[in-house]
Amino acid sequence: MNFMASKQPENSLLGPEADSQRTLYPYVTGTSVVALKYKDGILMAADMGGSYGSTLRYKSVERMKPIGKHSLLGASGEISDFQEILRYLDELILYDNMWDDGNSLGPKEVHNYLTRVMYNRRNKFNPLWNSLVLGGVKNGQKYLGTVSMIGVNFEDNHVATGFGNHLARPILRQEWHENLSYEDGVRLLEKCMRVLLYRDRSAINKLQIAKITEEGMTISQPYSLKTYWEFSAFANPAQGAVGTW
Amino acid sequence: MFRNQYDTDVTTWSPAGRLFQVEYAMEAVKQGSAAIGLRSKTHIVLGCVNKANSELSSHQKKIFKVDDHIGVAIAGLTADGRVLSRYMRNECINYSFTYESPLPVGRLVVQLADKAQVCTQRSWKRPYGVGLLVAGLDESGAHLYYNCPSGNYFEYQAFAIGSRSQAAKTYLERRFKNFSDSSRDNLVKDALMAIRETLQGETLKSSICTVAVVGVGEPFHILDQETVQQMIDAFEIVGEQEGPAAEPDAAAAAAAGQEAAAADQGGSTEEGVAPMDI
Repeated sequence: MNFMASKQPENSLLGPEADSQRTLYPYVTGTSVVALKYKDGILMAADMGGSYGSTLRYKSVERMKPIGKHSLLGASGEISDFQEILRYLDELILYDNMWDDGNSLGPKEVHNYLTRVMYNRRNKFNPLWNSLVLGGVKNGQKYLGTVSMIGVNFEDNHVATGFGNHLARPILRQEWHENLSYEDGVRLLEKCMRVLLYRDRSAINKLQIAKITEEGMTISQPYSLKTYWEFSAFANPAQGAVGTW
Repeated sequence: MFRNQYDTDVTTWSPAGRLFQVEYAMEAVKQGSAAIGLRSKTHIVLGCVNKANSELSSHQKKIFKVDDHIGVAIAGLTADGRVLSRYMRNECINYSFTYESPLPVGRLVVQLADKAQVCTQRSWKRPYGVGLLVAGLDESGAHLYYNCPSGNYFEYQAFAIGSRSQAAKTYLERRFKNFSDSSRDNLVKDALMAIRETLQGETLKSSICTVAVVGVGEPFHILDQETVQQMIDAFEIVGEQEGPAAEPDAAAAAAAGQEAAAADQGGSTEEGVAPMDI
């Protein structure tokens, strides 16, 4: 015990000792999550990669989980923070169920709860380093929203995190429409995930697609997308610019 | 009830297994002026008798809006009622802020009941001396609850508390089977009739009563004096055809007529039986 203690109060976040107490950067991260509303509910896709910096270290990470009866949560960013969030939500749903009174928290409520958690952590300079996608159906109402690590939240017909915002959203803006069938929705998501696979360094070719409807949630077995590398531009990349690699 | 050696504090049981302080608190509810509540599948109406102490003063507030979907009418120590209303408003607004969704009435009522129970098990506290009729709209429909000082709560189709509430209860008991499918306006009329029963012959005027409504598509609000008076006029006069334009089914309700309330009066206390549930 150091009695010549620092002049700062115990709960101060300033100073080198305090740095070990708050998140400064993520370690094991997941990449994009993409989701859209379709006729019967929500479809969400995420690959199963957990990167350790630039190493594709873990290849069976489930980044989408069901929450209660009505919601589905997908996360990108720090995996350990995602697990922490799942623990918070587990407790939340437990207490909700303990009321045993016919009321239950729907996706809108869970989304707002998460917004409060993320924003409050951000205000303490100790964020949960995640971008979350929360989708679900309750009483016939479809809901799809997102929250970032700084507490920015909104709902939309299609959302994505990370690289998905730059590569997938433009595709969705062109091709999404109301009342997509399940097959069309999956096809659209796969199109987005394929682009991400080609262009996102941290993406791996092992993904899951989750579906949530009024009846419940299902998550597919992991599978991989067919890719095509024989584009002529790739055959001789140095053609246009000698010396390039 | 008579004084006895077991009634000094709330943490003393009587040999018969009664907590007299809690029962005395419920007595305080019976002495307060009447409050009634009734519900259909889609609406709940709260009403209360509001008599000012003197002509110079205004009357006490007995109906409180707790949230857009919940309101409460009180009988008993109105100061205790005010404090509990503030607690309820707080709970509602905190839930709304966190979940952006209205707090289900059933849960608010349980929290309120648990709060009341604490006061029946601490030697340094006293029970709240107020009964609350909580009206609220949920995902699961329209609800009316009664919260007791004892920490119990019950759900009702219709209920009345306070002095001379037995007259209103008798009226409601006769009619409650129809309430489920009643229209909003008929529900309000039934509420006014029930309030009139507690007045014992005194003329029903909008200046001595307050009525509030909450329903599907209709946030909780207290009806203004004019509207209430119009509705009173519409049914009070037998045989008169059309009331003001605001009440389309005024004619039907006017034909229902006035029935003399021959019910027995007073705050009834059942001797020998612990009245833990009213």
